[in-house]
Amino acid sequence: MNWTAVRSIYLFEMFRFFRTVAQSLLAPVISTSLYFVVFGAAIGSRIEQVEGVGYGAFIVPGLIMLTVITQSIANASFGIYFPKFIGTFFELLSAPISFLEIVMGYVGAAATKALIIGFIILITAYFFVDFSIAHPLAMLVFLLLTTISFALFGFILGIWAGNFEQLQIVPLLIVTPLVFLGGSFYSISMLPPFWQTVSMFNPVVYLISGFRWAFFDTADVPILTSLLAIGLFTGICLSIIWWIFRTGWRIRQ
Amino acid sequence: MANIVEITDLRKSYKDGFQALKGVNLGIEEGEILALLGPNGAGKTTLISTVCGITMPTSGTVTVGGHDILHDYRAARSMIGLVPQEINLEPFERVINTVRFSRGLFGKSSDDAAIEKVLRQLSLWDKKDNQIRELSGGMKRRVLIAKALAHDPRVLFLDEPTAGVDVELRKDMWQIVGKLKEDGVTIILTTHYIEEAEAIADRVGVIAHGELLLVEEKAKLMAHMGQKELEVQLTETLTEVPKNLRSEDLELSSDGHALIYTYDTNAERTGITKLLADVAAEGLVLRDVVTRQSSLEDIFVNLVKEDAA
Repeated sequence: MNWTAVRSIYLFEMFRFFRTVAQSLLAPVISTSLYFVVFGAAIGSRIEQVEGVGYGAFIVPGLIMLTVITQSIANASFGIYFPKFIGTFFELLSAPISFLEIVMGYVGAAATKALIIGFIILITAYFFVDFSIAHPLAMLVFLLLTTISFALFGFILGIWAGNFEQLQIVPLLIVTPLVFLGGSFYSISMLPPFWQTVSMFNPVVYLISGFRWAFFDTADVPILTSLLAIGLFTGICLSIIWWIFRTGWRIRQ
Repeated sequence: MANIVEITDLRKSYKDGFQALKGVNLGIEEGEILALLGPNGAGKTTLISTVCGITMPTSGTVTVGGHDILHDYRAARSMIGLVPQEINLEPFERVINTVRFSRGLFGKSSDDAAIEKVLRQLSLWDKKDNQIRELSGGMKRRVLIAKALAHDPRVLFLDEPTAGVDVELRKDMWQIVGKLKEDGVTIILTTHYIEEAEAIADRVGVIAHGELLLVEEKAKLMAHMGQKELEVQLTETLTEVPKNLRSEDLELSSDGHALIYTYDTNAERTGITKLLADVAAEGLVLRDVVTRQSSLEDIFVNLVKEDAA
C-alpha cells in the first residue's frame, strides 16, 4: 500500500479547500442559515411540532444531510474531474499507485471537507434553534457513512463527466430533488399513503430517517434498514469504481 | 551496457481499428539519450504513454529495470519520470507544492532537501512560492521537468520537450538534459526537431506509421546512411550536363555554375577521381570544389519517404 501517495492526494485536495475557504465554507453556511431563518423561524414558528419535535429543530438533520450530500458529491466530482480537465490526470496514471489508493485520497478528502461543513452547520444550527442529540455516536457514524458513500458517487460522476455541464447536471436534476423529497423538511408519515410508498424508492429517505433518529430517537424507517440502505449504496459505488479502474473506462485508453 | 527499458513486440490498436503501434521492439541502454524522431501521428506519444502506464497495450511486453509494466507496475513506474508534451499544470498551485505532490505520488516522503535540489537544478528555487499561472511558458516547462524528477527516476521520458519554445530556451533545455545524463539518468525524448536529436542524442530511433524503422547510434547512422555531395564549381555557365559526363549521380546546379555529384562515403570507389578527370577532359575550368555531408534531417526524410512508398 502506497500510503504516502494517499496522503499526498488527500493533503493536496485539502489545501485546495483551504485556499478557497470563503467559497468552500461561507457559501454553504450562509445558505443553510437562510434555510433556518425562512423555514425554522419565519414559517416554522407557525407549524406545530412534528413527531414530537419543534419544526425548527426537526429540519436540522435534514438540512445537514442536504448540505453534506451535495458537498460530498461536489467536492469528489470536482476533485477528480479537474485533473482530467486540465490534463494533469496523467500523473495519477503514471504513478505507482493503485485505484484503491487514488480513491482513498480523493474520496477521503471530499468526505473530510463535507464533514467539516456538516459540523459547521450543526454549530450554526445551535444559534437558531434549541435541540439535543439523542445518539451522538450514531449521528457521527451516519454522517461519516453518508459523506463517504456520496463522495464515492461524486468520484464516479467526475470520471464520467466530459464537461462542466455534465458535472453539474446529475446533482442538480437528480440528487437535489431526491434530497428535498427525502424528508429533509417533513416526515414521510405526513404524506398521503401513495406518496409514502413512492418515497420508499428514494434512497435518501433512509439516510435522513436514520440521521434524524440519531438526533431525536424517531425515524420514518427502522434504523437497521437505514444502515442497510447506505451500506448497499456504498457497495454499488465501490463496485462501479472498481470496474472503472479495471476497464480504464473514461480514464485510460 | 545493459538495457534498462526492454520493449518487445508492442502493439496498440484502438477501438476504431487504428493501429498506433505495430509490433515495436526496442532496447534502451542505461544512461543513454535516445531520440525518437517521427512525423505527427507516427506513434511516438503512444509508445511513451504505454511504457509509462497511461495507455494500455494491446499486446507485447515492456519491462523497466526488469520489472513488467503491467504485472509489477509499482516497481516499474517508480523508476520512470514523464514530462508530457502539453503544459499540464494546476494554474493556482504553488511551484513547491506541485513538485511535492508529484514526489508524494511516487511514495517518497516530503524531503525538503531533495525538493530544493531539484528546484535549484532547474533554476526554479526563486519561484518556489509563485503560483504556476504567474510563470512564463519556459518556466512552466521547467516545472514539468521538476515534477518528473521529484522522485529521482532512473528513466526520464520527455515528450517533445521543446515544442513551440524559442531557440534560447531550447538550448537551455538541452543543457538540462545533458546534466541529467551526467547524473546517470536515461533519457528518451521524442522530437520533431532533427537538430535536437543531432545535438544531444546518443542514439536515434525513427518511427513512422507505428513502426520503428531503425534505431542506430547517431554517429554511425550518419556515417552509414549519410551521403556526401561534391559540388564542382565552374568558371563558365552550363545549360546542361555535358554528354560525356552524364550519369544518374551527377546533376547541374540551378544556376548552371556547378556540377553536383552525390556519392557514398562507404563505397570502395567514390568515383571522385574519375569525375574530376572527366571534367578536365571535357575542357571545363574549375573555380572551386566543395563537399557537403547530408544531415540527419535528410536521412530522416528519406527513411519516412521509403516507408510511405
